[in-house]
Amino acid sequence: MEIDVNYVAHLARVSLTPDETQKIGSQLGQVLAYMDKLNELDVSLVEPTAHAMPLVNVARPDQITPSLPTEDALRNAPASASGLFIVPKIVE
Amino acid sequence: MPNRLTISELTAKLGQREVSAREAMESCLRRIHRTDRTIKAFLSIDENDSVAQADAADEALRHGANHQEQPLLGVPVAVKDVIAVRNQPLNCGSKVLGHFRSPYDATVIEKLRTAGAIVFGRLNMDEFAMGSSTENSAFQVTQNPWDPSRIPGGSSGGSAAAVVADDCLAAFGSDTGGSIRQPAALCGCVGLKPTYGRVSRYGLVAYASSLDQIGPLAKTVRDAALLLRVIGGHDRRDSTSIPEPVPDYTARLDGQIKGLKLGLPKEYMVGGLDPGVSQAVRAAVEQLQKLGAEVVEISLPHTDYAIAAYYIIATAEASANLARFDGIRYGLRVDANDPIELYCRTRGAGFGTEVKRRIILGTYVLSSGYYDAYYLRAQKVRTLIRQDFLNAFEKVDAIVTPTSPTAAFKIGEKSDDPLQMYLMDIFTISANLAGICGLSLPCGFTKNPKLPIGLQLLGKPLGEETILRIAHAYEQSTSWHKEKPGL
Repeated sequence: MEIDVNYVAHLARVSLTPDETQKIGSQLGQVLAYMDKLNELDVSLVEPTAHAMPLVNVARPDQITPSLPTEDALRNAPASASGLFIVPKIVE
Repeated sequence: MPNRLTISELTAKLGQREVSAREAMESCLRRIHRTDRTIKAFLSIDENDSVAQADAADEALRHGANHQEQPLLGVPVAVKDVIAVRNQPLNCGSKVLGHFRSPYDATVIEKLRTAGAIVFGRLNMDEFAMGSSTENSAFQVTQNPWDPSRIPGGSSGGSAAAVVADDCLAAFGSDTGGSIRQPAALCGCVGLKPTYGRVSRYGLVAYASSLDQIGPLAKTVRDAALLLRVIGGHDRRDSTSIPEPVPDYTARLDGQIKGLKLGLPKEYMVGGLDPGVSQAVRAAVEQLQKLGAEVVEISLPHTDYAIAAYYIIATAEASANLARFDGIRYGLRVDANDPIELYCRTRGAGFGTEVKRRIILGTYVLSSGYYDAYYLRAQKVRTLIRQDFLNAFEKVDAIVTPTSPTAAFKIGEKSDDPLQMYLMDIFTISANLAGICGLSLPCGFTKNPKLPIGLQLLGKPLGEETILRIAHAYEQSTSWHKEKPGL
């Protein structure tokens, strides 16, 4: 099975070296071929499971509680100023 | 040397003032200085902070604090590099986090501090917990304490190696598909993956949110039970944590397992299982029978589909969870003229090959045209696997299996073949898909070379008391847990 690794890598926003593209491409083909095992099962009447524990509509009281101060939230930022993250220009 | 003690032994000595928390902490640090240059379990240690915490524990003990109220007072425990500890580095074994330091404590860390523990060190792991050997760490390869040429298992390989090397009294790891139980088996200690939701995931960096759980790696079953009691419980900051009271898991460790029914899944004792492992597990099953447990054969008919379902679901969730590492708010940034290029370059430079492989696989199975064929189908197979376990637990109290099909393999042996590496998780991943609890404990050694073998006990949802009780009865009737590597 061939997949367009560069296309998927772009969707995932990960740049790959030509070596990685080649290697990951052939390994993914193998892995996906193995995944096809799942086609042996008839799952037409089976409901999907997203979470193993049946907790639904978990809500908490709508109360204001202390949260991370801005300066702590910005401390690990690669670039910040005036309480904001600095990013490359988005709008012309 | 206090570092060689179990938690129960150390707290008894601390209570009697036979040893101080400072002495306990310093004995761990001395041990690490002596052995960790080769084992490489730790990524970093803040020694001043560790000693300061120890001194604070000694001060509290002098002022009348006790181990009834603070069961871990003065006990040094170490932490996998995926759990947030305030002001300490948090790298997840990856370069993409750069010089990140946690701005807050994970809930488990808060609970450990409240219980009086000395929380120290950052333990090596496969990058973002993706791996079964700890070889995927961006920083170093951890060695198995029993054989320097072999892997310690993964992804919590640093945690297991540190416990077995007596670098700490216990350690914490995370388990998404076996990442606590498998390294515990391969290094020779106890590793417990709690029921999904038993322990808060707040402050655990997410790999696959519907599968991840934090759990202890310890020298004895009793220690693991105590640690679960401390870290378990509902947390309003994790909406998936279960609002059920936490029992005293140590209360019923009395060696009595007469009348308990254990299931041996016929699908697990077949091809690919190393003969030494098979022999040790069969002997352990006989031992459990001698102790009074009844053993019956059971069937988990969808076992063969677990790895495929797991690697679709886990990678799909990972591809979404790891989108946050984009060079904007924290960690590494590789500059570019526009944001998309910045994301791609940062992630290209920051992630290792296995992480890229899984993000791309996860993105693929979620992408338009493939979602139903892979992701939705895998979620349906997950239902079947979960149902297998619930059916089995109608008949038995716990399930007994090998933890890993082989003992520790050689460093480099499987690193170029991801599918072979994934197949190593065959016995552990189903528990995460089903959300049930599981535990690994030592049940023997291979002969030549001498390497630890793990026995896995799987329990019902919130059935930790039962599997701990069985594990404790087995452990106390054998001497495997007393054997130490010649470091």
